[in-house]
Amino acid sequence: MGGVHPEENKLSTQASIEVFPLPKQVTVFLNQHLGAPATPIVEKGMAVKTGQLIAKAEAFVCANIHSPVSGVVNKIDIVKDIFGYAKPAIIIDVEGDEWVDTVDLTPTIKSEITLSKTEIVDKLKEMGIVGLGGATFPTHIKYMIPEGKKAEYLIINAVECEPYLTSDHRVMLEHAEEIMIGVSILRKALGVEKAYIGIENNKPEPIAKMREMAEKFEGIIVEPLKVKYPQGAEKQLIKAITGRSVPSGKLPIDVGCVVNNVGTAFAVYEAVQKNKPLVENIMTVTGKSLAQQHNYQVRIGISYADIVNHIGGLPDDTAKLISGGPMMGKAIVNLEAPTTKGASSLLVITDKEAERAEELDCIRCGKCMEACPMGLEPYLFSALINNDKVQEAVDNHLMDCIECGCCIFTCPANKPLLDEIRFAKGKFRQMQQKK
Amino acid sequence: MKLLNVSGSPHVHGNESIKRIMWDVNIALLPIFIVSLIFFGLDALFVSLVSVFCCLLFQWLIEKFLLKQPTTITDGSAVITGLLLAFNVPSNLPLWIVAIGAFVAIAIGKMTFGGLGKNPFNPALVGRVFLLISFPVQMTTWPKANAIFDMAGVAAATDATTGATPLALIKEAVKAGDMTVLQGLPDYWTLLVGQHGGSLGEVSAIAILIGGIYLLCRRVISWHIPVSFILTTFVFAAILHLANPAAYIAPLYHVLCGGLLLGAVFMATDMVTSPMSKSGQLVFGIGCGLLTVIIRTWGAYPEGVSFAILLMNAVTPLINKGFKPKRFAK
Repeated sequence: MGGVHPEENKLSTQASIEVFPLPKQVTVFLNQHLGAPATPIVEKGMAVKTGQLIAKAEAFVCANIHSPVSGVVNKIDIVKDIFGYAKPAIIIDVEGDEWVDTVDLTPTIKSEITLSKTEIVDKLKEMGIVGLGGATFPTHIKYMIPEGKKAEYLIINAVECEPYLTSDHRVMLEHAEEIMIGVSILRKALGVEKAYIGIENNKPEPIAKMREMAEKFEGIIVEPLKVKYPQGAEKQLIKAITGRSVPSGKLPIDVGCVVNNVGTAFAVYEAVQKNKPLVENIMTVTGKSLAQQHNYQVRIGISYADIVNHIGGLPDDTAKLISGGPMMGKAIVNLEAPTTKGASSLLVITDKEAERAEELDCIRCGKCMEACPMGLEPYLFSALINNDKVQEAVDNHLMDCIECGCCIFTCPANKPLLDEIRFAKGKFRQMQQKK
Repeated sequence: MKLLNVSGSPHVHGNESIKRIMWDVNIALLPIFIVSLIFFGLDALFVSLVSVFCCLLFQWLIEKFLLKQPTTITDGSAVITGLLLAFNVPSNLPLWIVAIGAFVAIAIGKMTFGGLGKNPFNPALVGRVFLLISFPVQMTTWPKANAIFDMAGVAAATDATTGATPLALIKEAVKAGDMTVLQGLPDYWTLLVGQHGGSLGEVSAIAILIGGIYLLCRRVISWHIPVSFILTTFVFAAILHLANPAAYIAPLYHVLCGGLLLGAVFMATDMVTSPMSKSGQLVFGIGCGLLTVIIRTWGAYPEGVSFAILLMNAVTPLINKGFKPKRFAK
C-alpha cells in the first residue's frame, strides 16, 4: 500500500568501511538517544579511557554513555546539536587511544553465546546499546517484554530503503557472520526460534552474502523485499514480513514483533561477545557532487566539521547537508556539532537537487493519497491546516502520519504537505499540553 | 563561506508536475483530433483552433486585467478545456458560438472559482451545456462524418449532408413509437471507427480508447471512473433492453454512441472535479452511468453524458467525505 520510488543513488556501495582518524577533541552529548539524558560520572580534568563509562542511565528510557576516546575531560558544558538545540555534553581532549582492558579488541569471531537471557539484556544496558536505525531507542528496553505480551517474531531491519545510504549495505558485506551471531543473541534474549532479516531486492550482494551465512544459523531467514520506499518503516516492514498490521497508536510488540536494525545487531554482537560498548558507528559520507564516496567507522562525538575537513571541504554547489537519508533525514543547522550514536550519514545535497519548484494550487489528483503508506489524506490535512482546523485534521488521523515524505515527493503542485503536517502535529501537542 | 539551506524533509522531489499531467492529457487527445480532421475536414480544424485560442485568450485576459496575477496559460489546462469543448460540439457550429462557449467555460466554469484546481465543475462541460441550452438548433444539427477515404463496405458519403446522431434517431423512434427509424442506425463497426454523425470528438471509439490507454499508462487516470461509468451504462441499458427490446435499444449502442466514451475517459476523470479515493471514484462512475441512461431514456435530451457528469461533479465533495482511502491496519 502506498509508497514511492525515489532515485536510489546508492553511490557508495563499493566503498569499503574505512576507519576515520581520531580528532583532537570529541563532544559527547548526555542524551545520545531517545528519552532522558544520562547523568555524568566524570569531572573536569579526569583522565578517561576509550570505552569507560562516563555517564550513567538513571531513568527508565535512557542509555549508558561511554567515552569514545582516551584522554582528559576538558569540561562539561551546554553545546548546540546539529539542529541548534542546546544540550549538556562532556567534552574530552583526545590523548592516544587506550581502551579499557575489559574490551576484547582481537579480530577473532566469537560465536558461542555464553550469557543467559537476562544477562544479555543487562549487558545491552551496560554497554549503552541503542537502535541504530534512526530513532536511537535504548535496545535493552525492547527485550524487557511487558507482562501480558508475547514476542513471536524477531525482525531485523536491513531494508535501507532511503536513497544514498549504504552503511547497512557495507556492514552486511563486511560483518555478515558477526551480524548473524548478533541476531542469535537477540533471539535468545527474546526467547524466539526464528528471526527474519528484511533486505530490499535492490541489494543482491548483501542478500547473497547474508543468505550464504544464514545457512550456518538455523532459524535465521533472509527475506528479500519489494523495492519501494518506505519499505523499511517499522510498520510497513512488519506487514511485509509477517502480514500483521500494527494498529494506530500501538507498538510492534502488540502484534508479537520486535524490530531491530541490522547495524544494531552488529553492535549487539560486539557488546555481548567482545564486551565493547557503543562508542563508534558506521557513517556513509556521500553526495552526487563528491569526487569520492565513503563509508566511515566513526567514533561518536567527532564534529561534522571534522568530517567535512577530512573529505577536503564542500563542493561549491552544495545546498544542504543532511544527517540521514534524503527522504527522512534532517538538514544540518550547526556543522560544529558532534555526531551521536544514531548518526548514519553525512549527505551532501547539491543546489540542483535542493531546488523546490513553485507551489501551485492543489488539483486534487489524489497522488498524495495513493503514495501515503498509512492510507491518510495529505491533501485534506493541508486544506484543514491552512484553515486553522488542526483538531479536524487530527480527527482524520493526522497523528498516524509517519513523516516518510512520500506525499511531498509525489505532489505535482509542489505543496509542502509534510511541512504543514509537522506544524499541525506540533500545534496539536501544544493544545494537549495546555489541557 | 556560502550559507547552506535548512528545510524539512524530504530533500528530493519526484518528477511529477501539473504541467506534465496537463500536457499528457493533451497528447492523449491527439488521436481524437486527427480522426476529427479525417472525418470532418477543415471545419473540425477551425472549430478546434477557435476554441483553444479563445480559451487561452480569455484566461490570459482575466489573469492579466481582472486578477492581476502572472498568467498560467502555459500549464496546458486551458488547452485541454479548449480541445474538449471543441470535441463536444458539431463541426458545423458557427465559430462565434464556439467563442461564446469558450468564454463560458473559462470565465464562468473556471476562473470565477479561482482557476485551476478550484473549479467544482468540469469547465468544458459547463461551456458545452451552456451552448446546448442557448443554441439548441445549432448544437444539434450534425454533419455526417465525411470520410476523406472510404472504409470498405461503407457507402461513400462524399457531400456534407446533415443528419441525426444515432442517439437522436433512437429518441425519435421511441417518441414516435416507430421502430423502423432505427434501420438508419450505423452498425457497430462504423461506430467504432467513427463514420457517423456526432460531435467532433465523440465519433470514433477507437481514437478515444487509444488516448485512454495512454493516460492509463502514464498514470494520469486510473481505471476506476471509466470502467465503472461504462459498465454501469452497459448493465443498466442491458437490463432495460432485456425487459423490453422493442422500447429500449441494445446496450452496446449506449456505450458506443454519443459522448459516453469521450465523457468516461476524458471528462469524468478530470482530477479537479472527480473524487479522490478509488472507492469514491467507483461511486462517481456508477452515478454517472445511471444518470446517463436515465436522461437518455426518459429525459428530454437524446444525450445525457454532460448532464450526468456535471451532476456528479456537484456531489463530489460529499463523496470525498463519505468514501475515504483504506487506512493502514484498518
